[in-house]
Amino acid sequence: MAHADTHAADHHDHDHKPSGIGRWLFATNHKDIGTMYMVFALIMFFVGGAMALLIRLELFKPGMQFFDPGFYNSLVTSHALVMIFGGVMPAFVGLANWMIPLQIGAPDMALPRMNNYSFWILPFAFTLLISSFFTAGGGPAGGWTLYPPLSLQAGDSFPLTIFAIHMMGASSIMGAINVIVTIMNMRAPGMTLLKLPLFCWTWLITAYLLIAVMPVLAGAVTMLLTDHYFGTSFFNPAGGGDPVMYQHIFWFFGHPEVYILILPAFGVVSEIIPTFSRKPLFGYDAMVYATASIAFLSFIVWAHHMFTVGMPLSGQMFFMMSTMLIAVPTGVKVFNWTTTMWRGSLSFEPPMLFALAFLFLFTIGGFSGLMLAIAPADFQYQDTYFVVAHFHYVLVPGAVFAIMAGVYYWLPKWTGHMYSMSLAKWHFWLSTVSVNILFFPQHFLGLAGMPRRIPDYSTQFTDWNMVSSVGGFIFGFSQILFVVVIWQCVRGGEKATDKVWDGRMDGLEWTVSSPAPYHSFETAPEIH
Amino acid sequence: MAAPGSHRALTGRLLLFAAGSFAFGFALVPLYSVLCKVWDTGNRWYGTQTAQASVVERPVVDRVVTVEFIASVPHAGDWEFAPHVTSMQVHPGKLYSAEFHAKNLTGMAVVAQAVPSIAPTTVARYFKKTECFCFRPQNFARDESREMPIRFIVDPDLPPDIDRITLSYSFFDLPRTAAAGR
Ligand code: HEM
Ligand SMILES: [Cu+2]
Repeated sequence: MAHADTHAADHHDHDHKPSGIGRWLFATNHKDIGTMYMVFALIMFFVGGAMALLIRLELFKPGMQFFDPGFYNSLVTSHALVMIFGGVMPAFVGLANWMIPLQIGAPDMALPRMNNYSFWILPFAFTLLISSFFTAGGGPAGGWTLYPPLSLQAGDSFPLTIFAIHMMGASSIMGAINVIVTIMNMRAPGMTLLKLPLFCWTWLITAYLLIAVMPVLAGAVTMLLTDHYFGTSFFNPAGGGDPVMYQHIFWFFGHPEVYILILPAFGVVSEIIPTFSRKPLFGYDAMVYATASIAFLSFIVWAHHMFTVGMPLSGQMFFMMSTMLIAVPTGVKVFNWTTTMWRGSLSFEPPMLFALAFLFLFTIGGFSGLMLAIAPADFQYQDTYFVVAHFHYVLVPGAVFAIMAGVYYWLPKWTGHMYSMSLAKWHFWLSTVSVNILFFPQHFLGLAGMPRRIPDYSTQFTDWNMVSSVGGFIFGFSQILFVVVIWQCVRGGEKATDKVWDGRMDGLEWTVSSPAPYHSFETAPEIH
Repeated sequence: MAAPGSHRALTGRLLLFAAGSFAFGFALVPLYSVLCKVWDTGNRWYGTQTAQASVVERPVVDRVVTVEFIASVPHAGDWEFAPHVTSMQVHPGKLYSAEFHAKNLTGMAVVAQAVPSIAPTTVARYFKKTECFCFRPQNFARDESREMPIRFIVDPDLPPDIDRITLSYSFFDLPRTAAAGR
């Protein structure tokens, strides 16, 4: 899209960086903060991943093997909270911090100090959440959705979980405000909104979603808190409240939230596929409008998570139809990515491999989503492993693969070194094969009726659970390769060129040197 | 590039937007009640918790509907609470009565409130009660047990596809509910 004069960016290699721990504690540089977000997300992926492996360990065989049910449930609950709020969301904020200023030709994020706060809140939030495991009654065990009355029956973990969620919410709202102000106010002259790289576009829309719904979650959990401690009855039938109302409020947040998790992934993939197809993105405008329509529609589908609570038929029809409608703009995107590759001159570097896996496997998740959207069928699927299979397909080979694709794509720009292509390809193949061994059988289990969130199961489910657990362990341990590749690349390696890839390098980020200088675009580039 | 002043203006607007979203979350609470009323769902509307002033009996003898009773206690062990019969065959348009048994096991005198719920929710408007222990809080002495009546009539206009109505009561102990919120 944008081509720029690069002279402004070139001679900054010698500019000074703050030294010592202060560089990180008081960081205001978007690249430093981006790095901290990415490292934090990586750590959280391993923490959440360890919980997931414990879950798969328990589910390897029927019967109760290792954990008591309460602990199992707190593993399930905090696995989800850690992965969503600690892994995927911070990883995308990290990518945004690193890449948005570079892609729009801005010297930094618009609000550097707020940027610092929004990052540093996170370690405290997750320390709080994880420390709740050591309180009387154990960790939060009512599911990540925190439905009352179950979530209110937790022990001392309850207020800790709520405060942790408040903090995560505050952090992501601040991050979102920063993204919007940066993109709206700091684009290089000549970069109109319809020249904005798609990663910036999807993030802009995501940021608006965040500001619209994170406060609603904050409100919902605040109501839980006052119901528990201050005698209000928002969700308490004894006082005239209604627990089903919590579900409505939660999913009013929850469904847009799943798009918060996937829209930036769409952006990353929309950057990578044109590069390695050596063709411009097919239907740029359509992509922008599709993203906006997905965001809009995401506000009117929430009750597809609650078909079974006893809605009137007209309500079920409405939410079924609106949910299916989302498949249309999503289909447009998949179509455009595919068409971008059509007759392109493709090459299969690691970022492209992950983007392609994303394309195939996310689409499988979209299809199972459509099955779940059929209200009468959902009565059968609700709360089974079919739902678990659905959202893991959209989230792991969907959102997480897109994050890995993005890291593999931009890592040489960050470090100035190429990484080991063969090791990265090993990482790719191991991850892609094992993620399917891990999650595909869960479709079968769900259709056969295996409930989610239960540590034990009837013996007819044994085989596929074993397969799934084996896949889980391969997938989990394969991720060590990811760390190895990144570590080696940070330490050294073949020097990366400014353009890094032999592909169609459209974005402004490829006009700065590799590694990207600590201060870039102090003079705005000109967009032709 | 825009001046920092305009950063501040936009940041301010976005913070306001976030505050608005927070308020909207709470606004969903009254909105929910209104929508339940409009869309005819939710259990509290159409007489589940208030007495019908007058009902006229006009039995439809050739139609039989099963009415099921469920009793539950959110805090196990605190109460004995159960219907005398778990289901009845009734004719729409005819007045019936049923009894629930309750015993206070909380070890102290309490005020309790039964909260009704009907499934399918859309039939709530056709299920009319002239008397119910759920209309007002119930005082129980320590260890007191009591039989509590309801009188109800199923409206003859009940849609023809409905042949089964489930009436459920949850029994809450009020002071503690207010104190602990759970
Ligand atoms: C074509 C697009 C999609 C459709 C039609 C769809 C539909 C659905 C439906 C109907 C459910 C509720 C199932 C049930 O509980 O019975 C569901 C659950 C879920 N979906 Fe999707 N979905 C789509 C895309 C996505 C995406 C992109 C994500 C996230 C990246 C996502 C994440 C989730 C999650 C996390 C749940 C489960 C929440 C829970 O109960 O814990 N979905 N989806
Ligand atoms: Cu949803």
